[in-house]
Amino acid sequence: MRIPVSRIAHGRSGDKGDTANVGVIAFEERHYPILVREVTAARVKAHFGSLVHGAVERFELPNLGALNFLLHESLGGGGTFSLRIDAQGKTYSAALLAMEIDVADGEL
Amino acid sequence: MIRIANGQGFWGDWLEAPVRLVEQGPIDYLGLDYLAEITMSIVQKQKLENPELGYARDFPPLMARIGKQIKERGIKVIANAGGVNPRACAREVLRVAPGLKVAVVEGDDIYPKLDELLAAGHAMKSMDTGEPLSSIRSSILSANAYIGAFPLAEALATGADVVIAGRCTDTALALAPMVHQFGWKQTDWDLLAAGTVAGHIIECGAQATGGNCQVDWQTIPDFANIGYPIVEAEPDGTFTVTKHKGTGGRVHSDVVKEQLLYELGDPKEYLGPDCITDFTTIRLKDTGPDRVQVSGIKGRERTPFLKVSISHAAGWKATGSLVYSWPDALAKAYAAERIVRERLSRLGLEFEEIHAEFVGANACHGPVAAWGTGIDHPEIMLRIGVRGKDRKAVERFTRELVPLVLSGPPTATGFGDGRPPVREVVAYWPALVPRELIQTRVEVLA
Repeated sequence: MRIPVSRIAHGRSGDKGDTANVGVIAFEERHYPILVREVTAARVKAHFGSLVHGAVERFELPNLGALNFLLHESLGGGGTFSLRIDAQGKTYSAALLAMEIDVADGEL
Repeated sequence: MIRIANGQGFWGDWLEAPVRLVEQGPIDYLGLDYLAEITMSIVQKQKLENPELGYARDFPPLMARIGKQIKERGIKVIANAGGVNPRACAREVLRVAPGLKVAVVEGDDIYPKLDELLAAGHAMKSMDTGEPLSSIRSSILSANAYIGAFPLAEALATGADVVIAGRCTDTALALAPMVHQFGWKQTDWDLLAAGTVAGHIIECGAQATGGNCQVDWQTIPDFANIGYPIVEAEPDGTFTVTKHKGTGGRVHSDVVKEQLLYELGDPKEYLGPDCITDFTTIRLKDTGPDRVQVSGIKGRERTPFLKVSISHAAGWKATGSLVYSWPDALAKAYAAERIVRERLSRLGLEFEEIHAEFVGANACHGPVAAWGTGIDHPEIMLRIGVRGKDRKAVERFTRELVPLVLSGPPTATGFGDGRPPVREVVAYWPALVPRELIQTRVEVLA
């Protein structure tokens, strides 16, 4: 079954210079392993496509049922340098939550 | 137990928030965070134009409003409102709110001694690019070291009602009262880490109480009356996040989790001037309505460096917009973008970047917003900007948008504000310095 990440998780995103951070948090702890398995750095990099020029790093916070992604070179230079309307990546968590992932029947 | 509140997440946050924190319930300490990276360059420019400025000008009027109450109730205010001129900020506070005892913390501003530091061999290489600071020396606008909680705690120890600092970390505003009240030592890594996490949770104001929260946002009560966050801190490092009774918003572990992830890097290596904090050790527990208990936090020894925040001038930019209505709104906006680019090109103007986005279709998410291109939108805003070193070229760009209303695709509007302003681009240069180079000083002004 294919579902958007938003079915099982919420998030928040922000900036550090030209790097956006996107936190993805499972609504329920038991769904955290699905996030770990499906929402990989490579998948996120591919999902964001030309929006992210640099690497995507992933960090795990099992205590919060959460993953944290750093999207390098993704904010048009960041800060006041950027010409983008979302120069702080405030909406990037929503973009990530729209990514589709595979879950087995009964896994939810 | 002490109650530490945050009433300002940035310079420009809700003016009423700190007043309501004082008026609507018990608090012991009120932290106010005014400084973003960009803010330092703004206040430095203001100081160059007028040596009596260079601080967050919202702060003295706030002290005039709440000064009497905080004095009577013994509430201590800790703010990084000092910008690059804490002393001038303190003088203004004393002028508009006489009777307060005000302490200033100085020493973070290294702008005046940059050449001395460079000459002594401190290259202050960019943490992003590795380039030495000397490559942009002539364009530097401000340079400040992020100082931690201990100088602020020293200022609280003077008995001051108000502590005004410059570039301290946002988290230090909450950690300092704990260090002061509980007598935490510079090597109490776990406790300092706990206070740092408390600071991280409340440093963005109402983002810890339901603001900008994605979970059931439609059911979050009374945003118009949102309560700003309060930490009830214990001497053992555990604390509870809450807000005043009767205020709007929501404190829940879902809300706190979102804020913990905000602007986070490697969660095991949250670096600060006081300690290294491991965010993977944080335990959250919902202990009642609008109450989240936080515990279990582990920290490690601080690094020998302090981060410095350097801003430098990096050219000019302008961004303007036009709105196109149905039908074919997106196609018209695309056509308008092409026309602007062609006209700029024929004028022979050069820019580092020309960037167009189509608000209503894909401005926020670009290629990820695939659904934005296949429908006939009711309306689309073309938002187009340029950036470059040549101010005249950027100024000329600002003349190239409104003419399209008469000379481009049909049904353009939204030009009522006329030409967009030209703004200076301020770039940010993060670097490190050995911590022993930064000597802070505390002084009480009366």
